[in-house]
Amino acid sequence: MKYLDEYRDHRIARALAAEIVQATTRPWVLMEICGGQTHTIMRYGIDELLPRNIEIVHGPGCPVCVTPLETVDKAIALALRPDVILVSYGDMLRVPGSHSDLFRAKAQGADVRIAYSPTEAVKIARANPERKVVFLAIGFETTAPANAMAAWQAKREGLANFSMLVSHVLVPPAIRALMVSSSNRVQGFIAPGHVCTVMGCKEYESLVHDFRVPIVVGGFEPVDILEAVLMLVRQLEAGEAKLENQYVRSVSYQGNIPAQEIMAEVFEIADQKWRGIGPIPQSGLRLSSEYAAYDADRVFDLGEITVDEPAECISAQVLQGLKKPTDCPAFGMRCTPENPLGAPMVSSEGACAAYYHYRRHAVAK
Amino acid sequence: MSTKTPVDINLQFSCPTPLPARDTILLGHGSGGKLSAELIRDIFLPAFQNPSLARLDDQAIVNVNGQRLAITTDSFVVKPLFFPGGDIGSLAVHGTINDLAMGGATPLFLSAAFIIEEGFSMDELRRVVNSLRRAAAEAGVHVVTGDTKVVEKGKGDGLFINTTGIGLVPEGVDLSADRARPGDKVLLSGSIGDHGIAILAQREGLEFETTIQSDSAALHALVARMLGVSSNDNPGIRCMRDPTRGGVSSTLNEIAERSQVGIELEESSLPIHEEVRGACELLGLDPLYVANEGKLLAIVAPEAADAVLGAMRGHPLGAEAQIIGTVQIENPGLVTMRTPLGTTRVVDMLAGDQLPRIC
Repeated sequence: MKYLDEYRDHRIARALAAEIVQATTRPWVLMEICGGQTHTIMRYGIDELLPRNIEIVHGPGCPVCVTPLETVDKAIALALRPDVILVSYGDMLRVPGSHSDLFRAKAQGADVRIAYSPTEAVKIARANPERKVVFLAIGFETTAPANAMAAWQAKREGLANFSMLVSHVLVPPAIRALMVSSSNRVQGFIAPGHVCTVMGCKEYESLVHDFRVPIVVGGFEPVDILEAVLMLVRQLEAGEAKLENQYVRSVSYQGNIPAQEIMAEVFEIADQKWRGIGPIPQSGLRLSSEYAAYDADRVFDLGEITVDEPAECISAQVLQGLKKPTDCPAFGMRCTPENPLGAPMVSSEGACAAYYHYRRHAVAK
Repeated sequence: MSTKTPVDINLQFSCPTPLPARDTILLGHGSGGKLSAELIRDIFLPAFQNPSLARLDDQAIVNVNGQRLAITTDSFVVKPLFFPGGDIGSLAVHGTINDLAMGGATPLFLSAAFIIEEGFSMDELRRVVNSLRRAAAEAGVHVVTGDTKVVEKGKGDGLFINTTGIGLVPEGVDLSADRARPGDKVLLSGSIGDHGIAILAQREGLEFETTIQSDSAALHALVARMLGVSSNDNPGIRCMRDPTRGGVSSTLNEIAERSQVGIELEESSLPIHEEVRGACELLGLDPLYVANEGKLLAIVAPEAADAVLGAMRGHPLGAEAQIIGTVQIENPGLVTMRTPLGTTRVVDMLAGDQLPRIC
């Protein structure tokens, strides 16, 4: 497949791995932000190709994993209302709330539908004027433009029965939070290529400057990841801290301006709680006051859902790159994709799921 | 938009409590993955335990007056009813014939039961029945009995079909999922994922166009050809399975588990059509978990592998057959895969259905 196979080419990958070995003289801790990159690393065994003194830790870029428990509980509560159709990305359905998940709600009779794109939810609202259609709008900057477009379209059409339960998070404030944390070990970041396709590289300049930390915007194929690692290692070995772009075939400095415009029109920046991490100031998006009529949080009287979250699993440390999934005593035993203790074991972008699905043989050894 | 610098980060370490034990049926229980296996293990096996059922193969093989009869049953709930490359009628014939064929049986007779929702179009029913008739005739099997039930509007999903099949197992043929041995080769009859992606592309809301056709086909003639090259003295084929729901990965995981062996696949040898790869990339699906309705996996003794592969390639339904892996002692119960980079990963059995990713 064009534009794909060349980025999975084993000769190029092995050559890059050899270059990394040559370039590395000291131990370095690198973090990939995006769960998609985590899965590439695990699926292709990229960490096996790297020298031992390069440690890859996995970041918080799994949209499902960082969606607060309260949002999941609210979605379930909404779904169970007979007048509501809850529309969600498929990945969200198995994520455990405090007592249930959306699949179980569906089995109890809730009308929960999987959408591949948020505009489908608008279509469902159009086709079911007697029902209230709520779209569970979650994710990073990647999904924000399409989710914004759904609200924009609904407003333009005056669809009164459509709303969104929004839990949107932003990458740069999360990197900032990791860097100011006293427990941080990360010395270089692979920034998420899809997010940067939308937002451009420009947002990462200030992080590089403020923390003197190298950041390389990276793609999602094995060759992309290896190249990004090589670029980071070269900077670190040379004592440099620059913003570089490995994913040039998709990411520009400015990003996708029309996408940013629709986001700015529909959303505003707000404080946001991250599941497993906690509240990070100005790290999320919520619908702006002009779109209040489409905000499920304001349309429905959901009340304040407060959730008791006992520290059963270590997903907090995993999401911050402080621990590996395999450091968890519950990993693969009490916590599996069938009986997950935390969201990272459920999502197709979660770090625990990546280890479980692809690397159990190595763990067993 | 701009972001402010956070001043004080209050890191809250939090995670939810585990969910209570399952007390209701979820869609995932019908996915062919781990939830389905749990259901069979916990509910059905204890209720009906007997040696034929305990084999847990695609068909039961019972002895009647010295003849070995293969029996199988399958219900078809596919949506949409008509899809590129087939429909629920032809699928109901192919699926059941294939379950017989995987035991090495020659399929002979079918039953067909129709559960129809009130209000269903008579014309569509006619089309389905005609397709079922044609598929049975082409496969050389007879539909010898049937049943019809009509349920109230809203109590069914248009049309469900159940077919039961009976066939005869030739002497000397003994195929079962517990017979894989280290050193055996894993053979796959052709490209994977075609059926699942053809169905998915037809579903409402997935806005991409494709020419992918379901691979729905009856495999008994291909199987007869394969059995033809492994003689009674040299029975090279240990086991055959058609990787339907749950795909190649679930089927191989079952074999690895039943035989307590490891299975290692070679990723670069997996036959996958470009369009299927493209659709899977787009949706974040792994073709190894996507359903097939006209493919088979065979575990074959190493000395017979080339002959069986040759026989497969000589049949139109096996033209793209490949050796995709090897049975090994290491990692019993696990399926692993050598990636193009030379590293190894696990090919897990999924809990439920594969879910398209978010971004």
